[in-house]
Amino acid sequence: MHAGERTSNRMKDSPGLHLKTYFFLLFIALFAPLGNVLLSKGMRGVGSAKDWEPRGLLHVLTGILASGYIWLGVACLLAFFVAYMLILTWADYSYVQPASAFSYAIVAILGLLLLGEKVNALRWSGIAVICVGVLIVSDTHPRTTEKP
Amino acid sequence: MLELILLFVVISAGTGGELCVSRAMKALGEVHDFRPAALVQFAWRAARVGWMWVGIGLMTLAFFSLLAMLSMENVSFVVPVTALSYAAGAIGAALFLREKISRQRWLGVLVVCLGVTLVWLSRR
Repeated sequence: MHAGERTSNRMKDSPGLHLKTYFFLLFIALFAPLGNVLLSKGMRGVGSAKDWEPRGLLHVLTGILASGYIWLGVACLLAFFVAYMLILTWADYSYVQPASAFSYAIVAILGLLLLGEKVNALRWSGIAVICVGVLIVSDTHPRTTEKP
Repeated sequence: MLELILLFVVISAGTGGELCVSRAMKALGEVHDFRPAALVQFAWRAARVGWMWVGIGLMTLAFFSLLAMLSMENVSFVVPVTALSYAAGAIGAALFLREKISRQRWLGVLVVCLGVTLVWLSRR
């Protein structure tokens, strides 16, 4: 199927297209969950506003601005979005979107190693199924449209 | 009924937003230079493409719809059904971006949908 797609589309790939695509997919799959984990950790440290009073909201806002975790999380999500934009300049959306679901596996591994979270059997099986789906998608050609 | 409308907005606006961003990126062409100055220039060029702003607007709408939906339904229901966005993304890419989606890629998308649903069913 893969070879067939290549020949039927008759497109010239730029040098290292597959290598840079895999690199950016890994970057996206790593930085999106890392950003979310850091934001979550930062927000837990800040706490929530009681009754949404102006003084309470100001306290939360100050806490957010002073939190290193939140700034790191924002930086990770910004890096993720730039990488996402860049990969879409050459790769299909229908390739990038399912392939980036690999981040579910990264989340589970990060949670297990860094936070000591327990991952149950159903989640591991879901992650295994996602990885199979990602492998199937990533075996297709990253680009099926002509260069503009 | 409201939940169904919100679900439709989450999936269609979220996927539609990403498709618009993808269209904007394809219009800019493949990036080869990843040095910081070149990336700033790239971001500036991206900000001047109309589809980029349509995409960001739609993604913002999807985000707030998701928040509204989460206030009505359990996350264990909401997130598995949003896995439908993988199928919607493939359909949208074929229709809107004219991508050629092979049977193999369709199969991969469906397997990912199934896996995401299993992962979120495990959140108890």
